[in-house]
Amino acid sequence: MQICYYPGCTLKSKAVDLDIQARKIAEKFGIEMVDIDKWQCCGAEYPTAPNETATKLSAVRALNYAKSHGGKLLTLCSACHNVLKRVNEDMRTNEKTIMKANIYLELNPEYRGETEVIHYLEMLKNIVGFDKIKSMVVKPLNRKVAAYYGCLLLRPSNVMKFDNPENPTILEDLIVALGGTPVKYSHKNECCGAYVSIKSPDLAKKKSQSITDDAKAFGADELITACPLCYYNLKKNCGENLKISYFTALMMEALGIDG
Amino acid sequence: MQRIGVFICWCGSNIAATVDVEKVSEVIKQEKGVVFATNYQYMCSENGQQIIKNAIKEYNLTGIVIGSCSPRMHEATFRKAAQAAGLNPYMVEVANIREHCSWIHKDRAEATEKAIILVRTAIAKVLLNTPLAEGESPVTKRALVIGGGIAGIQTALDIAEAGFEVDIVEKNATIGGRMAQIDKTFPTLDCSACILTPKMVDCAQNEKIDILSYSEIESVQGFVGNFTVTIRKKARYVDENKCTGCKVCMQYCPSKKGLNEFNMNMNTRTAIYIPFAQAIPNVAVIDPEQCIKLKTGKCGVCKLKCSAGAINYDMKDEFIERKYGAIVVATGFKPIDLDNFNEYAYKDSKDVITSLELERLMNAAGPTNGVLLRPSDNAHPKDITFIQCVGSRDVSGCGKPYCSKICCMYTAKHAMLIREKYPDTRVHVFYIDVRTPGKNYDEFYRRAVEQYDVDYIKGMVGKVFPMANGKLLVQGSNLLDNEQIFIESDLVVLATAIEPEPSVRKIATLLATSIDTNNFLTEAHPKLRPVESPTAGIYLAGVCQGPRDIPETVSMASACAAKVIGLLVKDKLKTNPCIALTNENMCNGCSQCANVCAYGAISYIEKEFRLGGGKTEVRRVSYVNPAVCQGCGACTVTCPSGAIDLKGFSSKQIMSEVETICKK
Amino acid sequence: MDKNDFLELANTDVKKCMKCGKCSARCPSFDEMDIKPHQFVSYLAEGKIDKLLVSKSIWTCLSCLACVERCPRGVAPQSVIEAIRDTVTRKAGANGLSAEDIPPILDDDVPQQLLVAAYRKYNK
Repeated sequence: MQICYYPGCTLKSKAVDLDIQARKIAEKFGIEMVDIDKWQCCGAEYPTAPNETATKLSAVRALNYAKSHGGKLLTLCSACHNVLKRVNEDMRTNEKTIMKANIYLELNPEYRGETEVIHYLEMLKNIVGFDKIKSMVVKPLNRKVAAYYGCLLLRPSNVMKFDNPENPTILEDLIVALGGTPVKYSHKNECCGAYVSIKSPDLAKKKSQSITDDAKAFGADELITACPLCYYNLKKNCGENLKISYFTALMMEALGIDG
Repeated sequence: MQRIGVFICWCGSNIAATVDVEKVSEVIKQEKGVVFATNYQYMCSENGQQIIKNAIKEYNLTGIVIGSCSPRMHEATFRKAAQAAGLNPYMVEVANIREHCSWIHKDRAEATEKAIILVRTAIAKVLLNTPLAEGESPVTKRALVIGGGIAGIQTALDIAEAGFEVDIVEKNATIGGRMAQIDKTFPTLDCSACILTPKMVDCAQNEKIDILSYSEIESVQGFVGNFTVTIRKKARYVDENKCTGCKVCMQYCPSKKGLNEFNMNMNTRTAIYIPFAQAIPNVAVIDPEQCIKLKTGKCGVCKLKCSAGAINYDMKDEFIERKYGAIVVATGFKPIDLDNFNEYAYKDSKDVITSLELERLMNAAGPTNGVLLRPSDNAHPKDITFIQCVGSRDVSGCGKPYCSKICCMYTAKHAMLIREKYPDTRVHVFYIDVRTPGKNYDEFYRRAVEQYDVDYIKGMVGKVFPMANGKLLVQGSNLLDNEQIFIESDLVVLATAIEPEPSVRKIATLLATSIDTNNFLTEAHPKLRPVESPTAGIYLAGVCQGPRDIPETVSMASACAAKVIGLLVKDKLKTNPCIALTNENMCNGCSQCANVCAYGAISYIEKEFRLGGGKTEVRRVSYVNPAVCQGCGACTVTCPSGAIDLKGFSSKQIMSEVETICKK
Repeated sequence: MDKNDFLELANTDVKKCMKCGKCSARCPSFDEMDIKPHQFVSYLAEGKIDKLLVSKSIWTCLSCLACVERCPRGVAPQSVIEAIRDTVTRKAGANGLSAEDIPPILDDDVPQQLLVAAYRKYNK
């Protein structure tokens, strides 16, 4: 099957590994990720002010494209996922935003949040199935892996509806399917420092360290994430402390897919 | 020719501030049929009633209309006044110009116009009223109490004290309820079991009280004074009359891994068990989900060991039908599930517990024999942090919007008991507000701060981090110091919100009584009728009606008993004459009215009718049982041939009201 | 702009706040803030906008939404902080990040997402 895919700026450059790995894994399960036409940067941060409209338009354009191309929009980068999902919620519920965005983009028929935004992990769980993944593992991980979610996948939970916001388990379930042992630790949904690493690198360092310190204290050999910004902050600040990987790297290894 | 009198009430300023009462009575004087109209500050007062009585006599009134508050409030008052003056009480109509008019409008001219229309409408109705006479129904002199916690126990004891028979139906294997699980009670710190268990024994020994434990309500029929209730006595697989409570069966039962509900699942029990030492009845019960014999057919050890021959694996649920005059609901509460509060790590750490779990850990009959031990490793906790308002006052959708009321006091109690017993512990309490209204309550809480050095911190906890060293890192706000603080704790206690026992929803449906969005049963009036439900003959005690502590619950229970006794001492009850009546000549026997009747008041009879020329025919026609009909009117709107009508609310009267409202 | 403009921009009902402090209890940036998350809510409710407009906290909020997620009253403190930051950065010359700030902190791995996010947050 084919699925509309929104890669986003980072996955086309600094996190190109994540993008390539994800495509290869999907291919293994018979899914082709098709880049949507002429995508533009989502903005990376969802603007909360109700009078922000222009900053949401590129997301609406992508969502509208997917509406007539299968009705699903697949994301991988946590920031893109957060922005697209929240803008989509606005396009479902906020009449002012619906009206303005449709007028600006001259959409006919109107876009009203019909597209379903799904994250790559949700695709693995709900479309592929962890049992199927488990059945195709050739090299079980056999090590202790800490799953790190960060903020953007989970919050605000009433919109994201991704997993339990305080105790998510989707990554742990994946680790188990891949033959690894998930590490139970307390910091899996704490903030890595996000974009403040530009202005206050010390703060970002402190935040990242608290995460890896906790994971290590509970015996983690490795920590995985789905977000390029988390990956950057954790790797830069704590990379010597603990191995940081994208979750896709683990999948490549366990499923025996060549990089 | 009808002679109508109209009386407009100011209700102080409640009506008069928004409605020009003088104008209303002046305009209404001109209405057809009205011979007298006036207004007065408080129509319901002694003086106001006298005005009505005098006018009835002086003007020979045949019907009256009162423009006042809702008829729910004072219709009975005005009917009584009319009757005293010699007028049939059903010739009184109330136009609600307070709730339906003055309270909801701001514009005086608009409100006045609407008040006039409402009064005119009532006049249109009263012109078609006919005098009605109340009927009578007998009263079954026996009460049912649903729930055997302290609320149900106290209600039953008080009713029995007055000489009436009363049954307690309890869904668990023993009475005692939540209070039996509690260690000490505030504000006096006396032992909960010491004050509760004698009352349990009193219930068991009182010949007027019948305890139906391990039983549930299956169906309810009838009405005030005349309820018929079917009770399901669940199979306990032990004959209550033979079991002596010797507990030998429990020593030999090989299935030992059932979770002990009485100890909040913190330890295990055997498949055959007596919930706790002072259980009433002191009779074993077999958990069918856990019993090897019942699940696989192999075992039977308890039967072998039981010298009383009380074990019966073939026991089936039994249904008992009983009649009652009154029903008291006392179904109690449970702590909420903490699934939406994973930030406090309740699921992740054994050392994060609820306050009710702490009660068991502090109780001499609990899983640790009263020694406070950390569940994860049985070590003595040195730093204990309490978090208040877990799930209370929460409108985010995760918890309950109300204050659970009891948590501030029991948390102060827990903090003091721990500091008293283990002076080397440090006890911290995160609070948003400390709410301690009640006699000696605030003094009690202040003792925790001033005498027992409990560290009260104004602020909420954001997250509890289980750490690799086995401790719990509590991250919270100290709002008074504007600081974020971290406390390394050995034990975290969550003052978990309480909610009504979920089975109350089904019971409310069976009793046809109202329930609010939080599953609390609704009282008839929040101030003046707090223990009565809006459904006649149904009374409410304890937390099923709202968050309550033990002293308040006991007060409510005794109040319920007083209400029940007041009902049961009557030999007959006056019945509402506003009931349905079939016009047999028009009825075609289609059964639609019987199908919609929620009270089972309508049946069908074969009746002989005379036709012309000396001929007769036998037809099937609907018959309304006047003792059972509640006058809801469902049948009248269902009848396709318009053969059934409601006395006092006839279709003609209602159409006349509608026409009057629509008339310009 | 008056209080009502800010209430509209923040798009959250600050009157629902019961002053429990759970937002500040969970804030990962608490120590870096001169005015704390719960104070953003109460200052806005009290109309003390001037104090908020000079707060340094708008540059250290991580937009991690922990405060929003855990508020028992459904209030969104982060939206208040963002409303203030938007107001500050929408003024000419008030950007929190200038182009000259970037090169020294750039390294080979800085993801585009970081630059875009920072620009979105700090600049208009």
